[in-house]
Amino acid sequence: MQYALLIYLKPGAFEALSDEERAAESAKYWAIREEPGVLGGAGLAGVEAATTVRVQDGQTLVTDGPFADTKEVFGGYYTFEGDDLDAAIALAAKIPAVHQGGSIEVRPVLEGHS
Amino acid sequence: MLASLVGFLGDFDLAEEAAQEAFAIAAERWPRTGMPDNPGAWLVTTARNRAIDGLRRERILAAKTRLLEVPEPVEPEVDANAIRDERLELIFTCCHPALATEAQVALTLRALGGLTTEEIAGAFLVSPDTMKRRLSRAKAKIKTAGIPFAIPPDHLLPERLAAVLAVVYLIFNEGYGGRVDLAAEAIRLGRALAELMPDEPEVHGLLALMLCHDARRPARFVDGELVLLEDQDRSLWNAAQIDEAHAALDRALALRGRGPYALQAAIALLQTKEPIDWPQVAALYAELALVTRSPVVELNRAVAVAQAGAPDEALRIVDALELDDYPYLHSTRAELLRRLDRADQARAAYRRALELTRGESERRFLERRLAEL
Repeated sequence: MQYALLIYLKPGAFEALSDEERAAESAKYWAIREEPGVLGGAGLAGVEAATTVRVQDGQTLVTDGPFADTKEVFGGYYTFEGDDLDAAIALAAKIPAVHQGGSIEVRPVLEGHS
Repeated sequence: MLASLVGFLGDFDLAEEAAQEAFAIAAERWPRTGMPDNPGAWLVTTARNRAIDGLRRERILAAKTRLLEVPEPVEPEVDANAIRDERLELIFTCCHPALATEAQVALTLRALGGLTTEEIAGAFLVSPDTMKRRLSRAKAKIKTAGIPFAIPPDHLLPERLAAVLAVVYLIFNEGYGGRVDLAAEAIRLGRALAELMPDEPEVHGLLALMLCHDARRPARFVDGELVLLEDQDRSLWNAAQIDEAHAALDRALALRGRGPYALQAAIALLQTKEPIDWPQVAALYAELALVTRSPVVELNRAVAVAQAGAPDEALRIVDALELDDYPYLHSTRAELLRRLDRADQARAAYRRALELTRGESERRFLERRLAEL
């Protein structure tokens, strides 16, 4: 089965770290790319760089900022292929965000859509 | 039977459908041909064959091939040993933490207890449609999210087993509140778990706890009125079931079980003795409070300390607890204050307990106590 592991960060958690700690965090994110079953992924720039696009009556409406104001910020994702949900949960528990007050949403990828 | 079919077919709905078909065939055939030697195995094999036929039929239809007549199913070759008992896999699937607790409970009753959707709906006071939707959503999630049909690996087993035991105990407590069938169902599940996981102390601990509580149930209410343990008519207790609870607890202790269920069972069983060894009960509550970190357990410890002859010490424990919304805190305080001859404070505490208590018979009990002061 394929899963998307959506990473939600606690705002400010990463910024609160020292330079060395940030480098160590980044290294952990890269290390997860090397875990068996991980197909790919991406880390996103912060919500201050986000732009939201809608189309209404044929008009493209562009606004500054993220789509939704939430307590946690979507920060990136991995795609993962594993036997079952337990394998995906085990990987999710290794993602640094969960140790910094964030959480991972595990979502199955629809078959034929990856 | 369902467990083995879900394991074989990997799909709840298919398994249920096949099981129903097999029962229908049996109902039609057995009166004519007599019951087979191993009815359970016959049913599983027949259901499997029907399901395979069904899958083939679907594939054939999908390919728009009409050449094959669907063959009449041949009498199944029955080999009871070849049918694995997969109830454990099934219960771990049903109680997977990725499912909501209420869905875990409903699925467990449906799949392992064999209750109908209507029966489960009735037990949880929701409409059959609501329960049906809850079950379908849960079954759909198992399939879409890839919840495994497997006994968890060793490193996951303790937490997953705790989830299973919590579901069984939840079912039991729903039944203990008056819906008897659910308590019996929970005990049946507990017995099955004890048979399937004989080396897990907490499995025996939970079974002992449920058996002991259930054995005392006939004496808990008289004419709809709650009767305190010390006033219960012990001749109404189910002595054989208390013996069985002792045996289960002994197994848990022999496996070095000191978990929350074994401790609660030990406490409950001590309280079936006469006289009750209250210092020992208080010591077990102290151990349980360390394991669970629950203020409710501390409250119970206070009761035991009071019974052991130290109501002033008990009151100090109670007054240190942050449980202001909990009616039993106030009814316990009231009892302690009454015993310490502080009637005014006792009355205030009874009134506060009455404000918070919803159960009718418990309210009447508190009103009686208040009036007696």
